[in-house]
Amino acid sequence: MEERKNEQTRRAFFSKTVPAALGVLGVGGLLAEACKPAVEDEEKVSVLTPDGKLVQVNKSAMAPQPVSPEEAREGIPGKKFVMVIDLARCKNARKCVSECQKMHNQPAEDEWIKVFLMQDSEDTAPYWFPKPCFHCNQPPCVKVCPVGATYKRTDGIVLVDTDRCIGCKFCMTACPYSSRVFQWKEEVKTAETCNTKYSPETSVPSRVGTVGKCDFCPDMARQGKLPGCVTGCPNGVIFFGDKNEDIVTNGSESFRFSELVHDRAGYHFMAELGTEPNVYYLPPVDRLFDYEKGFNDLSEEQVDFYKSSIVKKH
Amino acid sequence: MKLDPKSTRSLHFFTAQMVRISKPGMLGLAILLIIIFGGIYALAVQVIDGHIVTGMRDNVVWGIYIANFIFFIGISYAGALISGILHLLRVPWRAPIIRIAEMITVISTMIGPSYILLCMGRLDRLHHLALYGRIQSPILWDVLAISTYLTGSIIFLYLASIRDLAALRDYPFKSKWRTKLYKFMSVDFNGNHVQNQYLDRALNIMSAIIIPLAILVHSVLAWIFGMTLRPGWHSTIFAPYFVVAAVFSGTGVLIIAMWVFRKVYHLESYITKIHFNYLGIILMILGALYAYFTFSEYLTSWYGSETWEMEVLYKLFDYNEYWWWFFFAAILGVLLPIIVILFPRFRTINSITAVSVIAVMALWVKRYLIIIPTLETPLLPLQDMRPEYIHYTVTPVEWMLTFAGIAMFILLFFLFSKFLPIVNVVKVTEDKSYGSLREIVADRILKRQIKELKMKERQKFAH
Repeated sequence: MEERKNEQTRRAFFSKTVPAALGVLGVGGLLAEACKPAVEDEEKVSVLTPDGKLVQVNKSAMAPQPVSPEEAREGIPGKKFVMVIDLARCKNARKCVSECQKMHNQPAEDEWIKVFLMQDSEDTAPYWFPKPCFHCNQPPCVKVCPVGATYKRTDGIVLVDTDRCIGCKFCMTACPYSSRVFQWKEEVKTAETCNTKYSPETSVPSRVGTVGKCDFCPDMARQGKLPGCVTGCPNGVIFFGDKNEDIVTNGSESFRFSELVHDRAGYHFMAELGTEPNVYYLPPVDRLFDYEKGFNDLSEEQVDFYKSSIVKKH
Repeated sequence: MKLDPKSTRSLHFFTAQMVRISKPGMLGLAILLIIIFGGIYALAVQVIDGHIVTGMRDNVVWGIYIANFIFFIGISYAGALISGILHLLRVPWRAPIIRIAEMITVISTMIGPSYILLCMGRLDRLHHLALYGRIQSPILWDVLAISTYLTGSIIFLYLASIRDLAALRDYPFKSKWRTKLYKFMSVDFNGNHVQNQYLDRALNIMSAIIIPLAILVHSVLAWIFGMTLRPGWHSTIFAPYFVVAAVFSGTGVLIIAMWVFRKVYHLESYITKIHFNYLGIILMILGALYAYFTFSEYLTSWYGSETWEMEVLYKLFDYNEYWWWFFFAAILGVLLPIIVILFPRFRTINSITAVSVIAVMALWVKRYLIIIPTLETPLLPLQDMRPEYIHYTVTPVEWMLTFAGIAMFILLFFLFSKFLPIVNVVKVTEDKSYGSLREIVADRILKRQIKELKMKERQKFAH
């Protein structure tokens, strides 16, 4: 809330000091848009209190409340989250991307999980490569942050506190995996997101001039649910789980994490950088789909673009 | 403060220029103000519309602003190293140029960091650096180093100006505010033996402090890049490379400033060819050092030919990408100054200034080439349909703010020169070393005449 106040005083400041002159030049219009207050006549739900009374509460109050920024720094006790991505199953359906964008209220052009077309050598077959944030155990981004806005938690997750971020973008240059996305524009607020309470665990709403990235959806984990990208994927490419419990699941299949990465030769992408990611890849062997299947929903222009942009990466 | 007649005359000479602004000066002032207002407008657009109005996007997250930042901090070396080292070494010819050098330092150290602010997404949270500052982050090293350096440079400039401020306090100005201001700033300095002794000691200490500070500032700056796992940045020689480049560009700007002030304020009798010659030779040596670092840096990454390093190198050597800029910044802009200054026959005040202009421009381009091609080469393939996310282009807002910074630099310089004589008046005329400078000049003229005579004789023999 404090942030919103800041936002408003900032706007008020400019609407006072940079008046008509700029309005004439067409930038004034952007100042006008402001969030409407919470809807009063919201749908009510009846709940039974512990002492036996029936009370009416707003439906929105029933939704699980995100944890405070202080709690979000701690991490979920006893957990060590890991992700395993099975490259043999990916055909660029891009449902992980869209589900993630929906969950984090991101515009279509900002992708916290990206799907790359990769080819290790001229002689080997290309493959699709979904890439979230790796939540490294030695995160270069956390090391360089001047204000501790991005931090490593006890459960292995690297989060960004956009209430604290100053937008210096040093973490973006430090991250070797291009995992971070800058909020260049003000988020378009919808009625739903307008009054959402911010928490680094939900990463919603995003703030202009700060850095966002894949957060491993710890708010979902608290509710015992899987991240958006995992549930969104129609091919069960992405497995999510807890290293301490030694289990990962894509929603329909579950594996022992240690057995899965052992038997299927799980590996770290660019392990040589020494960042110790918490995301493991299973090599694209015995594939379910030909990689060209991934071009099905794309325009010709996009296909050409992908094909021309495959660079030899080891 | 008692002045000898010579100092009084030279004080007259400068105060006459300080209290009035010539017609071309007014015109220049108007142009500078227009450019600065353009910058203010651009700033307003950027603050209101957000960083979307810049050319920076998710891959190239730092653009021309950071290039300008390194550039301005770089030229600040003029004062720190040139006047610091020349002061410590008691170089006799330094007296008339140290004030210019120190002013460059203070002004550019004030302007440079403002580009960091322009690059920040949330300027309204600047205080977070104090609230939540993490000493592990190179950005915080930078904040600490630059603020210390700026404070040190201001103290150095102030201490070196006290004698002049005292002389100006006793000068019969028409406007009362000037006298009041000089009286306040000269802190009862009257030039007695004890005061002089203390002042000299303070200046010695400051010039000794300012040199390691300056080296630290640019090293920390280089480490911001060197600490990341990026091709073209992750290099161990980055800190000394940046330091050498900074002194090189600082010397270049000093030569240009000397040329301009010599013309504008008619300082021909103060700033002589010998200053241009000596600084030119310093520029040449630094150019050679810089070329050595450049060669070493690119040779090792090319010979090792790691995939990422090669990708950046290919971009620098590609005719369609950065080759011509690279050629100008790393080859022409360095070789030309070296060649022109190496041969005494090419050495004139104008030629030395001209190659300084080229060197300074080349160094600006070099900073651009350090930042942009590396950021355009992430380790993962650039599969983005948005062209502005693949290639960085400087937008009008960024250009306007860049030019506004340069205009601000020049404007502050001229304002300073209206407040303090651009040449260290008391020092120049009182200091015995200035006399020895005259002797050096006389000596060199004599030597040249002898040489010419010998040449003529030799030619006679040849015939």
